[in-house]
This record gives sequence, structure tokens and C-alpha cells, in this order.
Amino acid sequence: MHLPLVSARGISKSFASIEVLSNVDLDLHNGEIHALLGENGAGKSTFAKILAGVHKPTQGVIKLNDSIVEISSPMIAQELGIALIHQEPISFPHLSVAENLVMGQKGNGLLTKVNWTEMVDHARQQMTMLGVEIDVTIPMQGLSIADQQMVEIARAIASDARLIIMDEPTAPLTPREVSTLFGIARRLKEEGRTIIFISHRLEEVRMICDRVTIFRDGERIATNTIDELSDEDVIRLMIGRPLGKYMRKYNADIGKIALSVNKLGLEGAFSDITFNLRKGEIVGVGGLVGAGRTDVARAIFGISPAQKGTIMINERKVNISNPADAIKLGIAYVPEDRAIAGIFSSLSVEHNLTAAIPKKIAPKNIIRRVLETSFSSESIDKLSIRLASPDQPIVELSGGNQQKAILARWLHTDPQILILDEPTRGIDIGVKAEFYDMIGTLAESGRAILLISSELPELLSLCDRILVMSEGQLTADISSHEATQEKIMKAAVPKMAISA
Amino acid sequence: MTNQIPSLYHKKSWRSLFNRPETMTFTLLILALVGASLLSEYFLDVNYILRSFTLTAELSIAALVLTMVIISGEIDLSAAANIALSACIFAYVQASGAPMTLAILTGLFAGLVMGSLNAILVIVYQLPSIIVTIGTLIFYRGLAQVIAGDKSIRVPEWFIGVNTKMVLGVPFPVVIFTATAIILGLVLGTTIYGRQIYQVGTNNTAALHAGIKSNRIKFGLFVLLGVVSSACGIMAASRLGSVRYDLALGGELQMVLMAMLGGTYIFGGRGTILGTFLAAWLLVIVSTGMTVANLLPAIQLTVLGLLLIVAIIATNFIYSRARR
Repeated sequence: MHLPLVSARGISKSFASIEVLSNVDLDLHNGEIHALLGENGAGKSTFAKILAGVHKPTQGVIKLNDSIVEISSPMIAQELGIALIHQEPISFPHLSVAENLVMGQKGNGLLTKVNWTEMVDHARQQMTMLGVEIDVTIPMQGLSIADQQMVEIARAIASDARLIIMDEPTAPLTPREVSTLFGIARRLKEEGRTIIFISHRLEEVRMICDRVTIFRDGERIATNTIDELSDEDVIRLMIGRPLGKYMRKYNADIGKIALSVNKLGLEGAFSDITFNLRKGEIVGVGGLVGAGRTDVARAIFGISPAQKGTIMINERKVNISNPADAIKLGIAYVPEDRAIAGIFSSLSVEHNLTAAIPKKIAPKNIIRRVLETSFSSESIDKLSIRLASPDQPIVELSGGNQQKAILARWLHTDPQILILDEPTRGIDIGVKAEFYDMIGTLAESGRAILLISSELPELLSLCDRILVMSEGQLTADISSHEATQEKIMKAAVPKMAISA
Repeated sequence: MTNQIPSLYHKKSWRSLFNRPETMTFTLLILALVGASLLSEYFLDVNYILRSFTLTAELSIAALVLTMVIISGEIDLSAAANIALSACIFAYVQASGAPMTLAILTGLFAGLVMGSLNAILVIVYQLPSIIVTIGTLIFYRGLAQVIAGDKSIRVPEWFIGVNTKMVLGVPFPVVIFTATAIILGLVLGTTIYGRQIYQVGTNNTAALHAGIKSNRIKFGLFVLLGVVSSACGIMAASRLGSVRYDLALGGELQMVLMAMLGGTYIFGGRGTILGTFLAAWLLVIVSTGMTVANLLPAIQLTVLGLLLIVAIIATNFIYSRARR
């Protein structure tokens, strides 16, 4: 047995008085790709950040090549050969790629003159070594997120990192970019480097990882080679109970057309979008990030209205120029980015829950506490939102409970048409199941639901019909029995990319 | 479950008393009262304090509305210049022979126009309010100088002395200030309009998504501050008996100081009318306390500066602790 590269023993970490990691032992070998899996808050990211010097462990010892090290800052981690690749790279957006590459590398003191030609040549070499084509003279902000990640990886290699930690690197990437990333990861592995790969996507873990470690509630539950575990095993270990009815099929009576969109268009975002949505129907919208799905939702909800085409509700033509109009017509929109467009972070849960129903809590413009409390406690019970008090600022709740609160806010408006934009992103598997249950129940109660999602299993198991968008166009309309992951992906990937 | 919630409310409300920045303002107010009365035995004269308050009553009234503007996530630094310009316009119209009612209406109308100009620039043209109102602050002050030159314009003898009119032994400006505070406090604390001001100030994008017409709310607040400032300008003209272009010079900082001392969060979403109300009294007591104790004006200024810094640190500490 070879000596492990990293050997962590008894690692614990507490923030304030809350223990997020407890007594974790883990060995990482040279030349392996090791996945860390677990629900949000299970401790996998915290563990990775301890290795990267971002957090200090409260207890425990880390050995690197059999000698005890104290990784007290990211700088020291870098000197020890440990690099953390962020999901959305933290870089200097206005500086060139080449400048970003040398950033943080040891120079010859503060006042050393920068040799531009040498720096640019050096940067080009590094890009060629990685096998990617990136112009190193353009500013970092001109790159796609995938390319920015590549620059971070190049930086890690340049500082001769032995351990490269990738925290959910694939979340913002297109399938093609993912395969480029995986190609590079495999090469790094062949060179004997070790990679920690954190992801929520099991298929990806299967594609490139050798071993997996599963975390639950701050503890290491299991470490195995990936081939020894089935998907069901992994999920069972992650959530600590059998899968059960992780997703059940709903049978709503599909009724009249609730929403009908005809040749909707908005310059620079989407064009010629036509579809119907019936009462009791769940229609999924698949596609890649940036395909224009959110833009269509925002147009229907009146945030940035379409320039062309018509929207009909209950077979009557309507004019929606702002969200207030849309709400009056019985439309609700749960936005993609909760923190930006959903929650009022420092305000109480109760104030958040009742934000869309001013007339109901204040019939004569004066807020009636009784009404407000009854609305909020109703939704807290119904959606089992876990909280200490409805007076608590909503930001103190977990992501899943915040998302429930936003959904609850909209249910109070008694919407007939519900647009859900990535409603389960960044949510634990357990809470996800609750969401699926709620969505199904809403359809069964006769509501029309438009579900935008990037998770194919979610679309496939929940929806009656799946629309696919690519580059602002509707490229497929598939019924649930005919839909497969392949069909959706084929319609989602831009034509240019396939031929390229 | 349903039985548990009210008990939680109860426990929370006791603890949250210490998490409220107004508690800090109130504590400072008490400390200032004690300190000032130790410095001088003449200080604890209620009439003296009330009379002193009339000197800054106009700024304090405008600061109450400014508090709402700041909570909505904007700022208006032009209110003091508005006070000067409205007062100058009022006095000029009056001095050129127009009846008093017409002069007052013209002054108020000027305030309405000034508030609307701010609102249009910030809301219709989507410009940052801090820059816009620094611009209009200079513009309004400049116009005041164009109208009044460097002379004072007198107002008629019978119009002078709003500060000496008493209502149940309380000077009229103090009554107006208190009444305004109560009305605005109720609007902010109990109406849906007030609730939406907090929501807009906390997260404008989320407010928009929730169907809240945030532009309409902000527009209304700028206009309200414009009109209230002009009313304050006319009140100042009555108190002083004559108007100059440099009326309430630097008053914008004093108004912001009141809001901050009262615990209003400069980035919006948090603050109360009660806080600003208490802070206005705190400032009066600190500055008259120092005057009574014969402290040099330079030292007085230093103390006020320190007070603001302490208040901001304390407010920040309270908000960050409340977030945990």
C-alpha cells in the first residue's frame, strides 16, 4: 500500500457553537479522482475548504506526505501544493488572462518590473499544455465561465499543485464544456495529481471518479470505489433512508387551455415562441443555461415584456406590462435566483410570506396582524417550513425552507398559472421530494404549471409534456411517454455545437 | 403548533428590545440628559429645552421624511437647499406685493417641483440618488442665491414668530414635529404602504417580482420630502423674520446625522420614525448641553462627529448580531 498524499484524522469543525463536521478521517491517494458527495450542509464543502486553508479545523490533524501540516491560510495551501477551483472563479475581471495567471505566484518583490512579452508567452504555453484555446491577452470578464475555470486550473498547475479541489465545477457548464473539463481532469490524474471532485450529479461522478466519500450531517458515512455502489446505495447513504417514493407520478385531470402563447418574441432573447398550457398540466421547459427559458418566463410575468406576439389567458387576449398585471390575471412566478429576486433577506419570514397579498392582509390599507399571522401560520404548517419563529429574518432559514417560503408567498395569491424557474436548485434531496409532491398536488388541484428545470430526471418524472429551448427558439415539444434524456439533450444543444 | 407560536412571539419581543437600534438612541438620550444636567444646574428646564428645539425643528421635520426615503433605499441630500430655495421664493413673492396665501402656495409649489425633479431624475432616468441630489442641492442653493442675492428678504411683522406660538405650553414647531412623527410613524409601521417601503428598500428586484410598484412608492417619497421641506422653509422664514440664501446651510448633513443616530440603515430596508424622533431630541440636548456648559464650538463639533461614529458602530453591531 502506497503512502497516501493526504491523510486527515479526526477533523471537526464548528461555526459558533454549531458543529458542521465531526471527527472525519479520510485518506486521499496520489493519482486518484475522489468524489465528495452529500446533501447541502452535509459537510463536504467545509471539509474541502479546510484542506484548502479557507477554514481552520477546530480539531484534528492533517498529514501531507506523512508529515503533519497546518494549513492556516489559502496562501499556505498554495505553497503546500493544494489548489481550490471555485465554481464561479474569483478573479480580477478587468485584468487580462495572462495577468490573472501570474497573480499570486511568487515574484521577485513588489517593485519588480513586469515583463509583458515573457508573461504572455508563458501564459500561452500553459494554455497549450492544457489543450485549450484561450486568448490570454483579453480581459478575464470576456471569457465564459468554463474558460475562467480553465484559467484557474492552469494557475493551479503552474503553482505545481498536487491536490486540486473542484467544488461543483460542472454546475454552470454546458455538456461540451463538461467533457473538456473531464478530459483535462483525467490528464491531471495520469500525471499523478489528486483531484477532489464535489458534485451533485451522480452520472458525472460515475464518469470520472475512482472513489467516493459520502458525508451526512457532518460525518463521513462511507468511502468506496464508485463501482461498488449503485445509485440507490449512494442516495440511501446520502439521505440516510431508502429512496422510497422519491418521485411519484401524478394524475391530474387535464382541462381547458389556461395559458396560450403565440409567436412571442423579444429581441436578443427569444423569438417565435408558441405553446399552450392546460389546467392540471405540468409542462416542463428544458434547455441549457442561457437558452432563453427564463426570458420567456419573465416576459409572461411582465418583468421584461415581449415585443412581439400575444399572450392569452383562459382564451382571452391579455396585455401584461408589469408583474402587478400578471398577478391580477392569476399568474405566479417563482424566480430562478432566490437571493436576488425572491427573498427580502433581513425582513421576517412573516413579512416575506405575505409580500404578494397586500390587499388580503390590509383590506383598508392598514395591516391587520390577525390576518397576517393567520396567512403565515397557515403556510408554515402546510408546507412544513422549519423555523424558530415567524418573526425571524428569512435569511436565517436554510435554502430549502427559504424556497418553500417563496412558493408559499405565491400560493397565497391563489394562482391559476404557476411558473417555477429551477425550483429545486441547490436544495437537499429530502426537501426536493417535498417540492415534487407539492408541485404534483398543485396540478391535481387544477393549476397549470410551467416548470423550467435543468435537471432532466426532474422533467422526465414530473411533467406531462416537455418543451425544449435552444438559443431563444423552441426546438422540441415532447409528450412524457416519448421523452428521453437523449431526445431532450439533442434538442437543447445548439446545432452549431453538434456540427463543430 | 399553533399554540407555540404566540409564546415564541413573546419571548422574542423581550430579547428583540435589545436588538433594536432605537434602544441605543434612547439610552444615549438618557445619558445626554444626565450628563447635561450635571454640567449645568440650569439645564433641566423643560421650557429651555423646548425653546432650543425650535432652532432645529425644521430640519428635524424634514429628517422624518428623509428617514422614509433612506429606508426605501434612496437618499435625498437636497432637502436643506430646498428649504432655503422655497423660503426665498416665498419671501420674494410676498415682498413683491402678492397676498400671503399666494406666497405660501407658491413656496409649497416650488417644493413640489423640486421634489418631482429629484424623483424624475432618479426614477425615470435611473440615476443614482446620491449623485442626483448632490447636483440638485447645489442647483437649488444656487437658485436661492440668484433670487435673494446676498441680502436678506424680510417677512411682514405679523408673520414672524411661529416658534413663540404655544399650544398647551409647547412651541408650535415642536407640536408640528411631534404630530408629523406620529403620522409618519403610523404610516410606516401599520400601513401596507409603509410595509412596502421596507420591502423596496431591502430588495428592489424582489419587490418588483412580488408586484410591488416600487417606482411609484419612491416617486411619492421624493415628492413628499420636497413639499414637506418647502413647508419647513416657510416655517423657518417665520421663525427668523427674514430669509437669506444660506438658510439651513449644511442642514443636509444634520438630517442624515439624525436618521443615522436613530438607527436607520444607510443602505435601506431598516430604520424607524421613532429612532429619528429620539435622535432629533438627542442632538438638541447634546448641543444645548454643551452650549450651557460653555464648551467651545470647535469642541461641540468634535463631540457631534464622535457621536455619529459611535452610533454607526453600535447600529452596525446590533444589525449584525440580529442577523445571527
